Amino acid sequence: MLEAEAIHILRETEAVFRRPVLLYSIGKDSSVLLHLARKAFYPGPIPFKVVHVDTTWKFREMIAFRDEQARALGLDLVVHTNEEGLAAGLSPVTHGAGLYTHAMKTVALRQVLDRLGADAAIGGARRDEEKSRAKERIFSVRAPGHRWDPKMQRPEPWGLANTQLVEGETMRVFPLSNWTEHDVWAYIRAEAIPVVPLYFARERPVVRRGDNLIMVDDDRLPLEPGEVPQMMRVRFRTLGCYPLTAAIRSDAETLDAVIAELHGTRRSERAGRLIDGERSESIEAKKMEGYF
Amino acid sequence: MRIAEPSVAAVPPVEKQDLLKVLACGAVDDGKSTLLGRLMADAGLVPEDQMEAVAAASGEGGFDYALLLDGLSAEREQGITIDVAYRYFATARRSFIVVDAPGHEQFTRNMATGASACDVAVLLVDGRKGLLPQTRRHAAIATLMGIRDIVLAVNKMDLVGHDEQVFRAIVDAFRSHANSLGLVVHPIPVSAALGENVVHPAAAMPWYAGPPLLSLLETLAPVRPSCGSLRFPVQRVCRPNLDFRGYQGTVAGGRVRRGDTVVALPGGQPSRITRIVTFDGDLEEAGVGEAVTLVLDREIEAGRGTVFACPENPPAAVDHLVARLVWLSDMPLATGRELLMRLGNDLVPCRITALRNRLDIVRLVEDPATMLETNDIGTASIATARPVVVERYDDNRSLGSFLLIDRLTNQTLAAGMVMEAVNAAANVYWQNFDTETADRPTARRQKPAILWLTGPSGAGKSTVANALERRLTAAGCHAYVLDGDNVRHGLNRDLGFSPPERAENVRRLAEVAHILADAGLIAIVAAIAPYARDRANARALARDVPFYEIFVDTPLDVCAARDPKGLYRRARQGLVENFTGVGSPYEPPEAPDLRLDGSSETPEQEADRILALLVTKGHILAA
Repeated sequence: MLEAEAIHILRETEAVFRRPVLLYSIGKDSSVLLHLARKAFYPGPIPFKVVHVDTTWKFREMIAFRDEQARALGLDLVVHTNEEGLAAGLSPVTHGAGLYTHAMKTVALRQVLDRLGADAAIGGARRDEEKSRAKERIFSVRAPGHRWDPKMQRPEPWGLANTQLVEGETMRVFPLSNWTEHDVWAYIRAEAIPVVPLYFARERPVVRRGDNLIMVDDDRLPLEPGEVPQMMRVRFRTLGCYPLTAAIRSDAETLDAVIAELHGTRRSERAGRLIDGERSESIEAKKMEGYF
Repeated sequence: MRIAEPSVAAVPPVEKQDLLKVLACGAVDDGKSTLLGRLMADAGLVPEDQMEAVAAASGEGGFDYALLLDGLSAEREQGITIDVAYRYFATARRSFIVVDAPGHEQFTRNMATGASACDVAVLLVDGRKGLLPQTRRHAAIATLMGIRDIVLAVNKMDLVGHDEQVFRAIVDAFRSHANSLGLVVHPIPVSAALGENVVHPAAAMPWYAGPPLLSLLETLAPVRPSCGSLRFPVQRVCRPNLDFRGYQGTVAGGRVRRGDTVVALPGGQPSRITRIVTFDGDLEEAGVGEAVTLVLDREIEAGRGTVFACPENPPAAVDHLVARLVWLSDMPLATGRELLMRLGNDLVPCRITALRNRLDIVRLVEDPATMLETNDIGTASIATARPVVVERYDDNRSLGSFLLIDRLTNQTLAAGMVMEAVNAAANVYWQNFDTETADRPTARRQKPAILWLTGPSGAGKSTVANALERRLTAAGCHAYVLDGDNVRHGLNRDLGFSPPERAENVRRLAEVAHILADAGLIAIVAAIAPYARDRANARALARDVPFYEIFVDTPLDVCAARDPKGLYRRARQGLVENFTGVGSPYEPPEAPDLRLDGSSETPEQEADRILALLVTKGHILAA
């Protein structure tokens, strides 16, 4: 009953908060989240704004997919970019993943939530993604300034959440907490939910950097001496900013093939996220600053 | 460094495969994280990059399976599990969620939280140490939260020479504890470090004929959700346009079928289900756990917090309950302090009125107590500011469990399980409750009073009293009717109708009315009280409580013509002695506080006039 649980959580969020928003990352989990939100409030529309934090370094196919979804579903879409960071020319290529991610994702998220006066932000994070997320609550309270204190998390016995907030506090809500990567793909298949084509294998231009295959999505990626993009059959298991998200070699061109590949894999999902690995507890550290 | 080869293929779980939620618990250092790490690694469920990361982080002692689990840096620094963690995996037989609960006594609250969601518990014991107080504590908490199957995993068997006697002694000792808890025990000797009896059988313990841990977990039955009578707590009302009004929520008991009649609680308004709406089309019926939208055949008063239930067996709406509390906060329990209760979809102000006891979960006895601190478990009486729809935890977990929240800090103070719902609307009330907060209806502020409705039999006293009580309750006031006839079935059953007995009847009614008013209620007495001196006595017994004599002035011939109980007819036939107006006089009040004309006014009009009196005299704000 993962679907019913998520619908219950979405309805709960709308019922108890003044101005909830749904954070849309364009990835597969976000696609599932949007679909569940349509189901939860049917026959009414999705009753909150859908927010995309645009670092300006997303894959072009992701942005096209986002705008198409917004049109098709009639979303109340808000796109936000940290303009100061943009003006300062912050880039994952020149400033390092840490500083870039902090400014263009974490700070940008805080900016847009403050601007919209959002007291709750719904996200697609799952507990199975990463170890520190395994301890995340479904309703996760953030102190003023959006800081997460792992020691101040509220217990949720019987799935009952204490959703009371004082001024300045906000809530992060994770309806997909109990879903696994497999559940997400199985649901996408069962419900025929559209996802970004980057999840499916195709010939794409990539360069090899260490163990990682980095796709050359546009001419902003400076090539190292002697580096020549080559065409390879690749796909993405997780989608972030393009220079920070590695592709995997794959022949999985269809949903069934992706799911079959998933069952055979021996790598974890976020292995393709270059920013996670800097320190083993780095998602925890980023969350404490307000990262999702 | 050796990386374990996957010994069981990670198999794709089938859709809608059954799910077992497993609590992993036990005293600290008994090897829980190692056991779970080993379980997932040996079952081939840990991705290679994670195995590599752990291999790199493991020290001299070899591959540290516990590192696969402890997620927060504070935990790795201290080498212990602090917070509940959720692990997900699936085998060919079923899907699992393992809820990994901390072992330290100071984190008992997290253990209780973890247990609340689980079907079975795996309780670890260190074979060298045997049962520790924490082992017994965890068994007791798991039981309190509703778990019935416990897998007793006696770990570190390699360090006790794989000795069957050691295992048997621990199992026997635990069984005597478990029997008093009503638990079913499944004992297994294991070595998490060596992977013995975790996924694979152990060659070193041929005397153990049972299955390894994973095989056992694949066969235990999940706790079935309550499947009794329909319970549908409303989460939100969906009203996208004027033509559609749906009640959205998740079925928490029984089944809902199109065409069913349901009652909306509190209140009890009936209606019929005309549609069960989902995004994927309308349903004929829906069961426990399904999130649906219900459409009714008429407009009723319902919203978030309302519970739709089957009319034959509805849950109680009460403002007083007895509950078991697991104290979660660092702030100790303080009786009388104003709190919030989150129960089902309702959020209601409440107070702990009395702490009954504290449970010693090692000795399993209830001790008298005056306070609860972090990790304590006790039983308390709780009063709510308005009725809430509840059931006993054992009957329905959704409507039988709640959180207590501090109003100032928003901290979650306690997790509660309803043991008893007490319908105490008539005898529990606190004046001044919550008057300073905005969410309380100002209409509920009331000054107590005694309203004495007098008049001959058939004058309409009870009818007016009932209308009045209903109107006051609807306005958020607390009122109670003392009906002269009803009281004669109980309190005054020893009294007849002679003048001295009538005097005693009135005296007792007056005393009870005073007690009710003293408790904060508006007491409505509906009694003939034919003698002026008895009514004067009643007014005197009201002491400092304002007393209003209300004369329901209905001419005797009208009363006799109505004769709702057939008493006038029988009195005239000589079958009833001392019947007021026939064989016994009625002395009309000379200067009542209010005179109602029972022959021309309707009961609602009469109730209006009494309400107006109460407003004028400052007992209620408005009605």
